[in-house]
Amino acid sequence: MNPYLPIIGLGVLAAGFAIFSVAASSMLGPKRYNRAKLDSYECGIQPTPQPIGGGKFPVKYYITAMLFIIFDIEIIFLFPWAVYFDSMKLFGLVEMVLFIATIFVAYAYVWRRGGLEWD
Amino acid sequence: MIPLADRAFDAPHLNYGRLSPLLIVFGVALAGVLVEAFAPRRLRYAINTVLSLVGLLAALIAVVLVAGDAPSHHGGVSLGSLEAVGAIAVDGPALFLWGILLVFGLLSVLLFAERHLEGGLTAFAGQAAALPGTDAEREAASRGVEHTEVFPLMMFALGGMMLFPAANDLLTMFVALEVLSLPLYLLCGLARRRRLISQEAAMKYFLLGAFSSALFLYGIALVYGFAGSFQLAAIDTAISARAGATSMLLVGMGLMAVGLLFKVGAAPFHAWTPDVYQGAPTAVTAFMAACTKIAAFGALLRVFYVAFGAANWEWLPVMWVIAALTMAVGSVIAITQTDVKRMLAYSSIAHAGFVITGFVGVQSAAEVGDTQVTSLQAVLFYLVTYGFATIGAFAVVTLVRDAGGETTHLSRWAGLGKEAPVLAGVFAFFLLAFAGIPLTSGFTGKWMVFAAAWAGGAWPLVVVAVLMSAVAAFFYVRVIVLMFFSDPVGDGPTVAVPSILTTAAITVGATMTLVLGVVPQPVLDLARQAGQFIR
Repeated sequence: MNPYLPIIGLGVLAAGFAIFSVAASSMLGPKRYNRAKLDSYECGIQPTPQPIGGGKFPVKYYITAMLFIIFDIEIIFLFPWAVYFDSMKLFGLVEMVLFIATIFVAYAYVWRRGGLEWD
Repeated sequence: MIPLADRAFDAPHLNYGRLSPLLIVFGVALAGVLVEAFAPRRLRYAINTVLSLVGLLAALIAVVLVAGDAPSHHGGVSLGSLEAVGAIAVDGPALFLWGILLVFGLLSVLLFAERHLEGGLTAFAGQAAALPGTDAEREAASRGVEHTEVFPLMMFALGGMMLFPAANDLLTMFVALEVLSLPLYLLCGLARRRRLISQEAAMKYFLLGAFSSALFLYGIALVYGFAGSFQLAAIDTAISARAGATSMLLVGMGLMAVGLLFKVGAAPFHAWTPDVYQGAPTAVTAFMAACTKIAAFGALLRVFYVAFGAANWEWLPVMWVIAALTMAVGSVIAITQTDVKRMLAYSSIAHAGFVITGFVGVQSAAEVGDTQVTSLQAVLFYLVTYGFATIGAFAVVTLVRDAGGETTHLSRWAGLGKEAPVLAGVFAFFLLAFAGIPLTSGFTGKWMVFAAAWAGGAWPLVVVAVLMSAVAAFFYVRVIVLMFFSDPVGDGPTVAVPSILTTAAITVGATMTLVLGVVPQPVLDLARQAGQFIR
């Protein structure tokens, strides 16, 4: 038997289940229309009204997430480096210091320009 | 499975000297970010401008030194070495491209730093986060704040552009593509005037650029699936040894071509070019039009000559069609343009077509005589001629102004020859160079790429190219007629007096356009010495 056959079978099952679910809920489910259904969906909380013309909105969560990615990437590279630390000798140390210094530049910029102040 | 730590491990070796041009540019970018972080606000502009100029000069000197002691192979056919464990090829073409990227980067920094035209401020938004037309924006303007981050952003972009054509494996190439693209997306949206159209340009460039990067990455994945390696030389070996089904290779090659042709602005992937070139701050447009195109053509040539060279029967016909289409679209649609920046954008599309015409010519140095050039050398030379004229032309565009900033509508350029004969004369000279009139660099550049294409048997394409040059000459000459033989509408245009920075950029552009048209031999010899790609 072709080893890919089970994968195709699974694909057919998944597609069938998706189509069945959507079709069944639209046929069997009750239909009650109200204002809430026309609002934009924001994880169940009340949508925040947008100011006229777009307005400004705080980006502090966004900055936190970006900083997380910076350190996340740093850790990803630190792990394999730590495993081979002994065999890379001084070269490995110098390269990693350069890499961390580079990362630190981004961090210093965010810190000095007030990106870490919450309010 | 073998435990990781038990495997023998060779510590990689980096030759910092050979990589120094790249390291200097990235180092200057990082130093620029630190200046933004720690220097007082009023000093940032001066420090960053000087830092960028000095850094680029130092990198240029490093390129000359590295080229001076690059090892030679095959009796001078190629020179250079593979660095960073084979990830970066510091060979003749790469060093040549680094050199011209740095020169055009220097000219772009001069345009970026121009402060005379906006009443003592740069042409970039004072506070990009302030919404257009709000009190916050007016307050930022009256306080005189500036985003001097444009200098480190430009340095990062330039570093990416230098890495892009030197990348010797596909992953490094993709990283370089992102490093050069992301700062450019930001820079496009930072215009001080006409901010909405600038932000629209940035959005369009970002969305389309993200799509093209994704296609490029998908292509890389498929080519890796075919060849089992990211190394260009290993892909070449796999293609030479192939037998049977190669659909994965063909699809991968096609997707990678889409990503690269998007960056050079070749039809049918050119749709972003006019909108982005028009909306972006003109200094950024000049930088993009010259440097992005050079970097992308360098990468296109390296990928298709080194990695896919053995499959050229598959991709040559496609490139023929794209070259003809690009020249036709650029030249014909440029005729209907009423905006100078859009017209120059379509002109740059047409020029991309001419470069691709050269790209399909002879590839091996063994096939050409001593007096001829290969496609690679012709393209390298063409990029030099095109870059000087382009930066010069866009620098002129920054000077023709009215109360609302730059006035780019062609009707407002009528009678410019009476208002400012020297400036109009210089612009006319750049347009003649674009058209390829003898005694300008455009003529020698076109001659080289057409000769390479002809020698490679692509004569139908050369015929199309000559026809399209004639069509293109029509709209260039029309602008010249408009400037010198039409009466100004209303008050007519005003020409701002720039500082030494823009003056220097225009002077260098015009001088080199003339010099390369009259004595092209020194630069041509440099391109010939650059030799071929190493693998």
